[in-house]
Amino acid sequence: MTNFGYTIWIPLLPFLMFLLLGLAGNKLKAKLSGLLGTAGLAVITILSYFTAYKYFFGGENAEEGFQKIQAFNTVWLNLTDKLHIDLGILLDPISVMMLVVITTVSLMVHIYSLGYMKGEKGFERFFAFLSLFSFSMLGLVVATNIFQMYIFWELVGVSSFLLIGFYYTKPSAVRASKKAFIVTRFADLGFLIGILILSFNTKTFDFITLTDPSGPAFSQSTSAAFMGLSVMTWSMIFIFMGGVGKSAMFPFHVWLPDAMEGPTPVSALIHAATMVVAGVYLVARMFPIFSLTAPVALHVVAYVGAFSSLFAAIIACTQTDIKRVLAYSTMSQIGYMMLALGVSGYGGHEGLGYMASMFHLFTHAMFKALLFLGAGAIIHAVHSNDMTDMGGLRKYLPITHMTFLIACLTIAGIPPLSGFFSKDEILAAALHSNKLLFAVEYLVAGLTAFYMFRLYFSIFWGKDTHYHHTPHEAPFTMTIPLMILAVGSIVTGFIPFNELVTSDGKPFESELELMVAIPSVLVALFGIGFAYLLYFKTNGLPDKVAGFFKYGYKWAYNKFYIDEVYIFVTKQVIFRYISTPIAWFDRHVVDATMNLIASTTQNVSFRIRDFQSGQIQKYAFVFITGAVMLAILFIYFLN
Amino acid sequence: MDILSLFVVIPVLTITAILFLKDMKQVRVVSAIGMGVQLVLAAVLIYMYLTARHSGNTDEMLFVKDYIWYKSLNIHYAIGVDGISVAMIGLTSIVVIAGIFASWEVEYLRREFFISLILLATGVFGFFISIDLFTMFLFYELAVIPMYLLIGIWGTGPKEYSAMKLTLMLMGGSALLLLGLLGIYFNSAPGGGQLTFNILEISKITIPIAAQRIFFPLTFVGFGVLGALFPFHTWSPDGHASAPTAVSMLHAGVLMKLGGYGAFRVAIFLMPEAAKELSWIFIILTATSVVYGAFGAIVQKDLKYINAYSSVSHCGLVLFAILMMNKTAMNGAVLQMISHGLMTALFFALIGMIYGRTHTRLISEMGGLMKVIPFLSVCYVIAGLASLGLPGLSGFVAEMTIFVGAFQHPEPFYRGVTILAVSSIVITAVYILRVVAILLLGPTTNDHFTHLPDAKWYEKISVVTLIGAVAAIGLAPLWLSNMIGISLQPIVTKILAITPF
Repeated sequence: MTNFGYTIWIPLLPFLMFLLLGLAGNKLKAKLSGLLGTAGLAVITILSYFTAYKYFFGGENAEEGFQKIQAFNTVWLNLTDKLHIDLGILLDPISVMMLVVITTVSLMVHIYSLGYMKGEKGFERFFAFLSLFSFSMLGLVVATNIFQMYIFWELVGVSSFLLIGFYYTKPSAVRASKKAFIVTRFADLGFLIGILILSFNTKTFDFITLTDPSGPAFSQSTSAAFMGLSVMTWSMIFIFMGGVGKSAMFPFHVWLPDAMEGPTPVSALIHAATMVVAGVYLVARMFPIFSLTAPVALHVVAYVGAFSSLFAAIIACTQTDIKRVLAYSTMSQIGYMMLALGVSGYGGHEGLGYMASMFHLFTHAMFKALLFLGAGAIIHAVHSNDMTDMGGLRKYLPITHMTFLIACLTIAGIPPLSGFFSKDEILAAALHSNKLLFAVEYLVAGLTAFYMFRLYFSIFWGKDTHYHHTPHEAPFTMTIPLMILAVGSIVTGFIPFNELVTSDGKPFESELELMVAIPSVLVALFGIGFAYLLYFKTNGLPDKVAGFFKYGYKWAYNKFYIDEVYIFVTKQVIFRYISTPIAWFDRHVVDATMNLIASTTQNVSFRIRDFQSGQIQKYAFVFITGAVMLAILFIYFLN
Repeated sequence: MDILSLFVVIPVLTITAILFLKDMKQVRVVSAIGMGVQLVLAAVLIYMYLTARHSGNTDEMLFVKDYIWYKSLNIHYAIGVDGISVAMIGLTSIVVIAGIFASWEVEYLRREFFISLILLATGVFGFFISIDLFTMFLFYELAVIPMYLLIGIWGTGPKEYSAMKLTLMLMGGSALLLLGLLGIYFNSAPGGGQLTFNILEISKITIPIAAQRIFFPLTFVGFGVLGALFPFHTWSPDGHASAPTAVSMLHAGVLMKLGGYGAFRVAIFLMPEAAKELSWIFIILTATSVVYGAFGAIVQKDLKYINAYSSVSHCGLVLFAILMMNKTAMNGAVLQMISHGLMTALFFALIGMIYGRTHTRLISEMGGLMKVIPFLSVCYVIAGLASLGLPGLSGFVAEMTIFVGAFQHPEPFYRGVTILAVSSIVITAVYILRVVAILLLGPTTNDHFTHLPDAKWYEKISVVTLIGAVAAIGLAPLWLSNMIGISLQPIVTKILAITPF
């Protein structure tokens, strides 16, 4: 059981690689640093797969379900007598699953980037940042305690910042990176406050203690209430706020579409497959507390997820930048995962939603990374992000075309591809708990199929665009990851998640619910059919449909003006109505008071300095006057 | 000669050596050697201190020495260190050596410049080793006065005005402080007997609460002026803006810490009852500092002003944490002093180096420097990330210790104010990233700046030393935090005695 000590190298190796490439990168040859980074990642991918095999099929866990194994733990900082921040490795079904997801996608992205980023300035810097990100993300998922998670949470935030702003001379990239960091930082403030409240009441950061149903978190659940909700509910809502920011759920989603300014492989790795699901992972990690002591907070999770998935799907139908469509699609799919967690119960078949959420996280990582890398290959070929500049590309990019089609079918939920299975579980879980959310998700399933195939038809079919340079297929370093991920998208649906990754570690029976599956496939086919009508051949229909929705279309096209709200809050409220007055007040009131004291002193001394003029006549005058007055005083008044 | 007195003697010897030098070029070399020895000595001290603690020495202060030098008032040259002062000495020696290298190219009155700089350092070192209130005050004044000359002579902009303002405000603080210290002195033997200035002896008795109510605010505000306590912080933006690079570094990096350290060592340690009673007033003031400073920094245009307001915010957090009066928060306060000292020195060093190349500090006139001077720019980004509390750098360790500690306060009011202070991490991110984006990223806007030279060797030494320290604390904070934590035990015991919770 305890021989998982080697897992410490899984996060450590990328960190060492980051130091090497970061400090000595400019002395190495660009190509060598890329290969070094990729090789390091290949090693830890093998280690992760080995760990997963050993953990899930090692045979020791079969009886009483999968246990949480603390493979490594060390105190990093002592805070109070009971609270201390540890760094360590916690292995349980979800963290092991995440290790596989992260290393797989990261390795694919590394290989892909060898081709995609070739000849870019700062090639070694790119790989250094990728290593930093891999380290942070792996450290996040294996965290043994919530503070370690927060530490790496911040580190993935900064890696994301650095990678979004990779093209730092481009003002739009700089703006996007700044926005991503500040929006998520604001959400992290909630996370931190949540941690403070939670640890104040439970006196521990440790996940094993926290999520143990007989542990301190659960004895607190009935204690002090604040504004009608228990402190545990409040702390869980605050902690979830961090997840909302990182996972780009409404209303903190604004940074994600802009984050597409980063290089495309980064979008695939960070902003589709791994970092943005950290919020889902956070809720899953804290799930027993959510489910058993803070059901209100769990409802918040469900509704935020459902709303975000619908909201994003609507916007995705109107955007023309292919990476932005995919970004909104990511947001929508993560909404699915959140919803699944939100409707789930704890233990046994009740935990269907939990399992479905993790399942979808897994399959989504594969097909969404594939979509982004495919989009990268397309952008690489036509030098544009805009789907209106594209059309008829199937002839030029056969491999990209096939893999992209597979990914589109997967996300639309067509059997027997993986997306079908995971989405079906989510819908089934929603059906058993909340009919309204279930209906919303059906609608979203249709919209998803529609906007994905709108994208697909516009890029690969539609009008025959005339290109300046004939587009050509990407090199092997780029197409091989595409093919591997396509295979992943197809087969991962057959992984028996209900036996491996469950809310309480014990397997449960789960079967395909045809009553849910058949209508959902029909809805998806309807969406695809509608997209076919509109976009397979160039015609006037899309404009007519847009005209039919009129204001609705305009609002969706402008992303419901949420960005404008943010700009108003930052530019107007913070800069103009808070900071500027404070700065003014500081100079013209506080400082002026100090200057006033100084000038008053100076004035007074200027006025009274005549007492010390040094003129003997004046002294004599004062002396004699004084003497006379004293004499008068004594003679006339004091007798 | 005991090791602690060496910290005062070596700077004095260095100054003497500089006085007799003929070749001006050697001045900086001699300064660097002297302060380099001081740095080694600090490392030795830390090692000796840790060894002594390991071998089971549980005295409150180690390496204690006591010589009487003014008998009728019972004033001693009494020295001794605990984990906190050792840590502060370490900080000071790092910042001083970085400051020396950052002012490698001072041309004007070079000899006098380095003498003043080292004199200032002498005062700071003396302050940290003293355990006699009067001697401590003496060193405190010794550190403040060279500041006037350094800003007034080698500064830029309205330097006479700034120097005068800074000195007068600090002197005002000193006046309050002197009253406070004398008040403590005259109440140091409430049962009759010899009055004393010795901190250790005073800490064993309880100063009458009526006296505490008068002298605690005086002492706390007196030190608070130097620690940029709102509303007595306005010397800081002007003073920093006018000061030459090394002086800004030393001032923000070390001298402002005298305020926090003194407030802790004297005001809180000797008068905990009044501190407890009056803490809510100062908690409000310091929490205001934290948020107000951060908001103030957002709209500044001058790099040094941004950093000055940021210092107000960060130093406010130090005093804020001290007033929470529990072990964790106070540990965080000391960590924050060290962390802020290092990173603000780093900031000012970098600002000085950038100014030396572009001859402007207005961010609107610069842009895209990352492409031109990548080394300095990357260092600036690292400093910024440390300042906004990125894990792995020192700021995170200090801030989190403070926040967790402050949030353990049993009264909801204090926890509420803590949440207010916590929110500053977002505002900090806003102003740091704003500067980084405008100053370093984007296209190079000004054609004059396309061929600036990157860092010279001495600049690299200065910057790398500081970054190394920031990263070392950020990555492995445990030993430092434990070293401080053990030394906080006496005061924690004392506080627990008055308020059992």
